[in-house]
Amino acid sequence: MLGRHAALEIVYHAMELTKADQVQVSLVTSEEALTRFANSAIHQNVAERDAVLGIRAVIGKRVGYVASNATDSEGIRRLAERARAVTLAQEENPDFVSLPGPTRVPALDIWRERTASFTPDDRAQAVRVVVDTAGSWGAIASGAFSTWEREHAVVNSLGVEAYCASTGAMLSTVMSKEPGGFGYASALAQDVGAIDPSAVAHEAAMVCARSVSPRELAPGVYPVILKPYAVSELIAGLAWAGLGALSVQERRSFMNDRFGEQITGEKITLFDDGLDRAGLPVPFDAEGVAKQRVDLIVKGCANAVVYDSYTAHREGKQSTGHATGGSGVWGPYPQNLFLEPGDSDLDTMIRATERGVLITRFHYTNLVHPTKTVLTGMTRDGTFWIENGQIAYPVKNLRFTQSILDALASATAIGRERKLVDVGWACVPALKLERFEFSGTTEF
Amino acid sequence: MEDLTQRALDRARQAGASYADVRVVRRTTEEILVKNGHVEAVEAGESTGFGVRVVVDGAWGFASSRQVDADEMERVAELATRIARASALVQREEVDLAPVEPARGRFEMPCRKDPFEVPLEEKISLLLDADAALRREPRVTVSEARMAFFREEKTFASTEGAYLEQVKTESGAGVAATATESGEAQTRSYPAAFGGDFAAAGYEFIESLDLEQGAETAGQEAAALLDAPQCPSGVTDLILEGQQLALQIHESCGHPVELDRVFGTEASYAGTSFLTTDKLDTFQYGSDAVTLVADATIEGGLGSFAYDDEGVPAQRVPLVEEGIFRGYLSSRETAARIGRTSSGAMRADGWNRIPLIRMTNINLEPGDWSLDEMIEETQEGLLLSTNRSWSIDDKRLNFQFGTEAAWEIRNGRLGRLLKNPTYTGITYQFWRACDAVARREEWRVWGIPNCGKGEPCQVAHVGHGASAARFRGVRVGVMR
Repeated sequence: MLGRHAALEIVYHAMELTKADQVQVSLVTSEEALTRFANSAIHQNVAERDAVLGIRAVIGKRVGYVASNATDSEGIRRLAERARAVTLAQEENPDFVSLPGPTRVPALDIWRERTASFTPDDRAQAVRVVVDTAGSWGAIASGAFSTWEREHAVVNSLGVEAYCASTGAMLSTVMSKEPGGFGYASALAQDVGAIDPSAVAHEAAMVCARSVSPRELAPGVYPVILKPYAVSELIAGLAWAGLGALSVQERRSFMNDRFGEQITGEKITLFDDGLDRAGLPVPFDAEGVAKQRVDLIVKGCANAVVYDSYTAHREGKQSTGHATGGSGVWGPYPQNLFLEPGDSDLDTMIRATERGVLITRFHYTNLVHPTKTVLTGMTRDGTFWIENGQIAYPVKNLRFTQSILDALASATAIGRERKLVDVGWACVPALKLERFEFSGTTEF
Repeated sequence: MEDLTQRALDRARQAGASYADVRVVRRTTEEILVKNGHVEAVEAGESTGFGVRVVVDGAWGFASSRQVDADEMERVAELATRIARASALVQREEVDLAPVEPARGRFEMPCRKDPFEVPLEEKISLLLDADAALRREPRVTVSEARMAFFREEKTFASTEGAYLEQVKTESGAGVAATATESGEAQTRSYPAAFGGDFAAAGYEFIESLDLEQGAETAGQEAAALLDAPQCPSGVTDLILEGQQLALQIHESCGHPVELDRVFGTEASYAGTSFLTTDKLDTFQYGSDAVTLVADATIEGGLGSFAYDDEGVPAQRVPLVEEGIFRGYLSSRETAARIGRTSSGAMRADGWNRIPLIRMTNINLEPGDWSLDEMIEETQEGLLLSTNRSWSIDDKRLNFQFGTEAAWEIRNGRLGRLLKNPTYTGITYQFWRACDAVARREEWRVWGIPNCGKGEPCQVAHVGHGASAARFRGVRVGVMR
């Protein structure tokens, strides 16, 4: 960790050396460590220390971006010169208006000493808990325990100045038990102390033990109950399919021409909030613009999308604080998604289901048709047939090919508790959907 | 540099390492995006650092840093040994490495025209011309033309005495036209989707692509797809063009033959593999038309190199011979477990990542058909072109792909253009249904620069040699 003063000194120095009409400089430093285990043993254990200094230079309407992990004086000087050279070599971009001006960035306490000082031995002890728990259930464990510490500093020549330090930790495990049993659980938090390895291990072990000897289930349309891990894949799929302003401006979003219209079920309210402490909060985006809450879908109605400065200026609006970094070619993206909770819970949903499928998690999801929000993927790590309000037996994994909005339109119950999940950093509850199409099966 | 790497290796040994290696890596990148008639972005990047990998008490440890100097080499080497000792706390078997002859030397892959020396203005001009060609079709609303260049300068040294320097340059480009109308968006790309095609070569590769000609066709086809009927559902014969077949090979052969997946070390993330070791030399993976190899020695392949990141020489390894499953991509550690030597497939995504088993160039060997002959001898079927979406289960059995476009085949002739085609199957059933592969003259190596694997995530640049191939009785039109 450089600390606020040293980090800002570097970015201001780089800004001073960059000869351009407007300049933005960002610095991200990181200390990251990850312990990976499989077959109930640690097989990979890594640590890294890095930094990325990025300069965005604007000359007229020419915009260039350069980055390097060299932050010594010579490295900064070379990068500043390269920024000018790259920018001058370009053609003008008539759509570019300006870098963003300063916004009021809130102070967030998102750095935890306990996480920053977590050691390889600490991670190994936690893995030992997971492995021993698996053993006590007759299962084997695989997974990863990672911790990280990062600093972000952004300044620009229009007066933006933003700095924050943050930490995070994640433990995930897949347990397996012959024949054919699998279970998954994970925990993600800013404070590693909030992660209980025993609780994660027991959650996975119980699912694993219950999923041994799965039976075949024919493809078809069924009611489904999705745990938050699975819900996060649908929500992340929606984000990819068009919750950023660039996709709307390029007319490839499912939101196009539908703002104000009912696009999915009335129970569905989806928003992005980088400041909500239930997620992994971050006070500003890659341009140093303060994060704003954006209500994307409200009671099933298409309401809004997120903006960075480039897409906002095109429409005469202000950035919502969702720039994604670099030269911004991927456009703005919601990185702190929340699905509004309901008043149900997993047990109640199962009891209220005559016939249906309980899904722990999806695997390898991919958009088949973005404007129709059609997503495909597989179930994995604990899929069960529900009959007469009870989990009847485990089933082999299924492929789904399904419009996300159509599926969410059939939501009849939403969990009251939300879980923070690494897929899309989404904070989501469990869901019951009355119609979900499985298009194929596999052999396990 | 050898003085520096030796400092790391000596410190690791003093701290108790029975084996250590160090990689010092410098990466240089440049990306240019032209969109809708103007330059949207020019990005240039550099990243330098080193990583030290050690075995202590029979367990692995790895640490890395961007600061390449003697003191940091020693700090990081010592940290790696501390991490390895922590690994040993939860250990079942000690690491055992298959032997390799320690090699020394310097190797530079061919690059006739250095892309980083070609003036930016020249590259932008070529992209602007291609972008304009995309927009000659008025219904194209988003036009994109991209180029990307990548250079890696890498030094590898090990306590066994290896010392290797390698330089590899990669170049790639592509165009994409998106036509939109009434809530429908259709994209056609050339020569491949998701940024185009890539090769371990210089700017001469970009010049060989004829982007402008490809762009004009892409624009026209994107617009035509708006009016095209939906690909129907059913079971039919399928001909896959080379670029889509490259991804089919990637997902359903390349990943399942990774021996670390087979042994479960990717179980919690990307998954395992149905190609378990009991199937070696006996399992009918495909028809006798199917021969697949891993070949890190071919010129221009993104998966080519002189030595892998364990100092093992590049090889050509049989994976499937006339349909029978024959071999794996392996490392020194995993190869030792099946009594073989490493196939030389350990590759790391930069200085700050540990090497993992990654694809090299996974190729479907050419057959003796031509694409035209395949079409002529197909009564009813579909010709599918250019990947759009992909998904496969965590043992690599059930897959589903979408492509940008399909053409009907009826009575040996190409017919209507169809939109939103998809197809699905079970890996070995699909490859067993392969009855025709196009010949060497129609075969080429496709570059895929975005293969993800591992935690922390690593992105590998891999190659796939493929020509068109035909598959009988495939389920198509999954999305209605």
